[in-house]
Amino acid sequence: MHFSGLRVIREALTGHKGWKPLWRNPEPQPAYDYIIVGGGGHGLATAYYLAKTFGRARIAVLEKSWLGSGNIGRNTTIIRSNYLLPGNEPFYEFSMKLWEGLEQEFNFNAMVSQRGILNLCHTDAQRDAFRRRGNAMLLAGADAELLDREQVRAMAPFLNFDNARFPIKGGLLQRRAGTARHDGVAWGYARGADMRGVDLIQNCEVTGFRIDGGRISGVETTRGHIAAGKVGVAVAGSSSRVMAMAGMRLPIESHVLQAFVSEGLKPTIPGVITFGAGHFYVSQSDKGGLVFGGDIDGYNSYAQRGNLPVIEDVAEGGMALMPMIGRARLLRVWGGIMDMSMDGSPIIDRTPVEGLYLNAGWCYGGFKATPASGYAFAHLLATGRPHETASAYRLDRFARGHVIDEKGVGAQPNLH
Amino acid sequence: MTRLTGGLIDRARDLRFTFDGRSYSGHPGDTLASALLANGVRLTGRSFKYHRPRGVFSAGSEEPNALVELRSGARKEPNTRATVAELYDGLEAASQNHVGPLGFDLLAVNDLFSSFFAAGFYYKTFMWPRAFWEKLYEPAIRRAAGLGSLSMQPDPDAYDKGFLHCDLLVIGGGAAGLAAALTAGRAGARVILADEDFRLGGRLLAESHPLDDAPATEWVARAEAELAALPNIRILRRCTVFGAFDHGIYGAVERVADHLPEPGQQVRQTLWRITARRAVLAAGAIERHIPFRNNDRPGIMLAGAMRAYANRWAVSPAKRVAIFTNNDDGHRTALDLAAKGVEVAAVIDSRPDARAQGQYRLVHGMVSDARGRLGLRGVQIDSGGRREWLDCGALGVAGGWNPNVHLASHHRGRPVWDEALQAFVPGEGGLCGLIAAGAAKGQGSTAAALRSGAEAAVEALAQLGIEARPAELPAAEDASAGLRPLWHVPGKGRAWVDFQNDVTVKDIKLAHQENMRPVEHLKRWTTLGMATDQGKTANVTALAVMSELTGKPIPETGTTIFRPPYSGVSLSVLGGGDTGAHFRPRRLTPTHEWARAQGAVFVEVGPWMRAQYFPRPGETHWRQTVDREVLATRKGVGICDVTTLGKVDVQGADAGEFLDRIYANAMKSLKVGMVRYGLMLREDGSAWDDGTCARLAEDHYVVTTTTAQAGPVYRQMEFARQCLWPELDVQLISTTDAWAQIAVAGPNARRLLERIVDGFDLSNEAFPFMACAGLTVCGGLKARLFRISFSGELAYEIAVPARYGQALVERLMEQGADLGATPYGTEALGVMRIEKGHAAGNELNGQTTAQMLGLGRMVSSKKDGIGAVMSRREGLAAETRVLVGLQPVDPAQTVLAGMHLFAEGAPHRTETDQGWITSACHSPHVGSSIGLGFLADGGARMGETVIAANPLQGQKVALRVVPPHFVDPEGGRLRD
Amino acid sequence: MLIPHPLLGLRDAQEFTYLGDAALLNRPDGMAEGAEAAFAEYVYLRDNPAGVHRELWFHEQGDRSWLVVTRDTTTHEILGAELARDVKLKGGAA
Repeated sequence: MHFSGLRVIREALTGHKGWKPLWRNPEPQPAYDYIIVGGGGHGLATAYYLAKTFGRARIAVLEKSWLGSGNIGRNTTIIRSNYLLPGNEPFYEFSMKLWEGLEQEFNFNAMVSQRGILNLCHTDAQRDAFRRRGNAMLLAGADAELLDREQVRAMAPFLNFDNARFPIKGGLLQRRAGTARHDGVAWGYARGADMRGVDLIQNCEVTGFRIDGGRISGVETTRGHIAAGKVGVAVAGSSSRVMAMAGMRLPIESHVLQAFVSEGLKPTIPGVITFGAGHFYVSQSDKGGLVFGGDIDGYNSYAQRGNLPVIEDVAEGGMALMPMIGRARLLRVWGGIMDMSMDGSPIIDRTPVEGLYLNAGWCYGGFKATPASGYAFAHLLATGRPHETASAYRLDRFARGHVIDEKGVGAQPNLH
Repeated sequence: MTRLTGGLIDRARDLRFTFDGRSYSGHPGDTLASALLANGVRLTGRSFKYHRPRGVFSAGSEEPNALVELRSGARKEPNTRATVAELYDGLEAASQNHVGPLGFDLLAVNDLFSSFFAAGFYYKTFMWPRAFWEKLYEPAIRRAAGLGSLSMQPDPDAYDKGFLHCDLLVIGGGAAGLAAALTAGRAGARVILADEDFRLGGRLLAESHPLDDAPATEWVARAEAELAALPNIRILRRCTVFGAFDHGIYGAVERVADHLPEPGQQVRQTLWRITARRAVLAAGAIERHIPFRNNDRPGIMLAGAMRAYANRWAVSPAKRVAIFTNNDDGHRTALDLAAKGVEVAAVIDSRPDARAQGQYRLVHGMVSDARGRLGLRGVQIDSGGRREWLDCGALGVAGGWNPNVHLASHHRGRPVWDEALQAFVPGEGGLCGLIAAGAAKGQGSTAAALRSGAEAAVEALAQLGIEARPAELPAAEDASAGLRPLWHVPGKGRAWVDFQNDVTVKDIKLAHQENMRPVEHLKRWTTLGMATDQGKTANVTALAVMSELTGKPIPETGTTIFRPPYSGVSLSVLGGGDTGAHFRPRRLTPTHEWARAQGAVFVEVGPWMRAQYFPRPGETHWRQTVDREVLATRKGVGICDVTTLGKVDVQGADAGEFLDRIYANAMKSLKVGMVRYGLMLREDGSAWDDGTCARLAEDHYVVTTTTAQAGPVYRQMEFARQCLWPELDVQLISTTDAWAQIAVAGPNARRLLERIVDGFDLSNEAFPFMACAGLTVCGGLKARLFRISFSGELAYEIAVPARYGQALVERLMEQGADLGATPYGTEALGVMRIEKGHAAGNELNGQTTAQMLGLGRMVSSKKDGIGAVMSRREGLAAETRVLVGLQPVDPAQTVLAGMHLFAEGAPHRTETDQGWITSACHSPHVGSSIGLGFLADGGARMGETVIAANPLQGQKVALRVVPPHFVDPEGGRLRD
Repeated sequence: MLIPHPLLGLRDAQEFTYLGDAALLNRPDGMAEGAEAAFAEYVYLRDNPAGVHRELWFHEQGDRSWLVVTRDTTTHEILGAELARDVKLKGGAA
């Protein structure tokens, strides 16, 4: 079924009787050529591109819960390609270009909204670092602008320019960045994959891998054994748990990141703004809620909930940066489990088990990567070769010394 | 509309208030909602999506409809629930989310086109043409969406945070909570009783049932008096426990001054972090409604709320009311209102065997429609297919009660379905230390609530080894409600489930049809439960409707998981007072006051405020000042406070061995009385921090770190001492704050110091470059002297106990007047270190290696220093970028940090990027702009020209590659 | 969270700085044969269990002890805490 304004009007006039399920609820087949473990954003996007771009068939996505129940369902919806390092920036810019055509591509309005991201700087050294980063972005074909204090003030006059502990000195702006409706992204890919014959199987948890002579032959699940030619794992937050079933230890720790939304407000904040002297970033959803967040709680966790000190810390950051939000109320805070990798960058690679592939380690930045991650993982699964923009995301980069450490904090995941 | 009799309001006093600019009056004890109803105002707001007219729906914090902008100016507070806003004299409120007057909202046009706006419609359209989303569709949606608006001014009020500890936290001060608090209080336990209302009693205030043959309020007053007299009990009124966190920590907000026109000298709100060994969740229950066509008309409300308005606030929303119920509780409302003289037009009960409990008309059937767009005029009754319209101005709907399991879900504990109650109750073993009681546990009768509150307290205290006996309790009603579920009235038209977000039964059906059936998909597809009330009156009903559609029982359909906060918490109070200039503490150096007296400009350096430069009269640009400070230092002597550098005292027989493992280079071999430059690596092999290491005695070293890494380095050293090598005899202490450290640099440095040391031989022979010593200065002041240089000049750093720092600087300035002594700040410090080619934060950014810094040979392979092994990895060894100096070919051009480096003639792309400029400044010594940077194969490219590109600012500069030392490359000055 | 400090009793977790898996106590010998592979594992690979986790916390705003805390990562329940120094002297983290 093709979605369009006309269709919406026709259905409205005929009592909405014609709307079809967004996807089927198929029973698992005994065997597939490709099994994607994890029905989150990255898993669904992988299945979508495998079927659509790489023309593969006999594909299943196995999801232990409901589709989109992982971090695609609980993030702060920011899309951007404002990275520094050559291992990252081309990949995220590729992702940004995919975002820019995504809705027409999969015929679903994911509300991609390029309202810009403004990173604020508060010291000369930060401005120097922004200059280096902004230039790196431009060199990779992305967009970037370096703003001075007055230009920032013109864009966001409500920021604290009067009595800030760390005065705003300027900012790095990426206008093409913005937000997207996170659930819509999962649903768009899911629907697109389903339309192309991919079996999306919910409530089907993988409980083991069947490995024969170093080669994967299938997966054990709560709904029985399913044979597979190739298996791709995209289960950020649970990567260590799942890959342990294949005998692997990963350069990953699981941490909880809290996210926040305020009660609905009339338009207040134009784009995404990040505070450079504390842990706070914010945007406003189309529904009017301020969507914001800060630092991870900082300890290993699988609990999908955090604690009060970080809530206070984030509110302090917000109030220090934009004191006019004080009379808004926090509506809801929730937690997601992040695959915090040892250098802060992801992994898209084959594994020592032939036919078993891994997509992991997205830290708290996986949402914006969804299209490129799916595309690159599908490329790897379909062709056996890494996609050109994802060639640095190797599993052996740690042992070999080719880490991609944007923050320069080393092998301590809770600092990334 | 006039008041009914009775109620807990003070009729002796009038309070004036305005709503949408019109003046009204109420009484102390009123909420804004009760006062509006008392003044006959039924229309209070508009819904989110269809802009439907809405009125007061509840009498508590679960209110979905009656949201207002409270107060004005910078104190404006959007989305405030009128049902919990305590009335004060002069209160100002305005309705929100409409264009034009509240009674004629232009956006109500959405309601006419509502069939186009069914669940999920926006995912299916607005995609063409692509550019129209941001330019047209989205801005229109954003303007229409949202609810109230912010003032856009900083909040003028003050806030506070505090910590409380107790044996037992009782959440809720109703029947169960009071019984629990009395039981625990009498047992001597430390108790905190928190209630969100401004008056203790909970539902007891809203009911007419007696306790021990007297009004319940009398028992409440006695209980309250007893609790108030117990020293081990703290009562927090107007205090919402909003979140349950790990290990018995609860977040709570006390609204200290929200019931006053202005806080005056008080804080407006306080954030309490309560650490409770045990807690009783006595948060009561929230009534549910029964969706039917047009069930959102202003005047239709929860029956329990209608009863509360009558009994507590002496208000009826209309003179003639009707009740729609599926249980006996609805009949109570009819009886209570009738007793107060309100005309009860009918009680419509969906149970075929229901019986009237008083003198009113009972109809067996359902309400199937309602009329009265801006205020209810009548309801349609469907009694076995017979339909009639019944005139009434208000309808109370009683669909049963949902235990308030919110806080019990905060630890991801799933509520469980109780088939007998037809409701979710808190699950077993969800949150350790939290015991539910009363209506929150499904024990809804007054007697059961009292009993279960007392029992919960006994149980909780028993777990703590405190013996308690249940408080003796008054006799109370103990009726069961005889509920027979009716989740919605079947039929055409729109029947609202979630009022605020306009989610109807039809929307749930559509979600089912489109396979958005898992409860989380249902929520997200329809926006159910995502409004400011978090679906408190909607979620369970929606689950039941979905369960009907799927044919699966409710518990298999899903459960609702609530997240903190229980109700909205202002960002101001969460931030406490830590905003503006108080966002983070400011650390001041020992010479701060002196520097300020010199007119210094300060700069934020991490937590510190440091003197950036010292302008003199006549200097019009900071560069003038900095150039002068640099030249004065290089020609005479400069003085700079470098206290902020981290200092770690290392003592013990194994101190040398320990430092050998901490540093990349050797320290055990350092001679007593000497200093060595030291480089620390992270265990992953990257360069981490640098500084000096001085050996004051055989078993005593002093390590300095950079300002930024003072904390982390000390932490890492303690890690190494306690976790890696506890067998070593070594002790550490951070002495950053104990010593003031002053750099004295320049050709006259020795002459100046000679004037303050107490007979100490400073000659080059006695105290050469990189020497250190303990000594006294200024006639007996203990000091440490280090002959080290960051500027490249003959230089010393002298340390004295921090409290003498300012006196020392004053003495140095006084003694050095004839030597040209000049204070310099961080800018001049930065210029001189770039001129000298010393690495600082921009070079030691955590992404670079010893090899890149030109210090590769310092990493010893003869010992097991931290990071040495990993620094030899292939990827690090293959790195060719090294630190070089860069000078513009045309001296008039400017070098900027953050420019990227390219070979001449190469395209400027990621693939051809050869490095970047880390630091740059104007060098008064060289007479042009200069920079440091990492350049591929830089060591072999001296004299070559490279291009520094800054496309971000449209710049391109040709630079000559030079060694990274612009001053005194041989280091002669240091050693003179 | 509250951490049961073996010397000081229950302390608020905010007083502590978290590092990670207590396996970091078991630093390989940098002078041994094959040290690079051993370090690559030590520095980068983690068990990251969903369940009981032994982990390092530094009492930075307190007595500056490093502790080995045993905590369930699925519930955050704390099962015990010891001085890291004692654990190391007893032979390191298991």
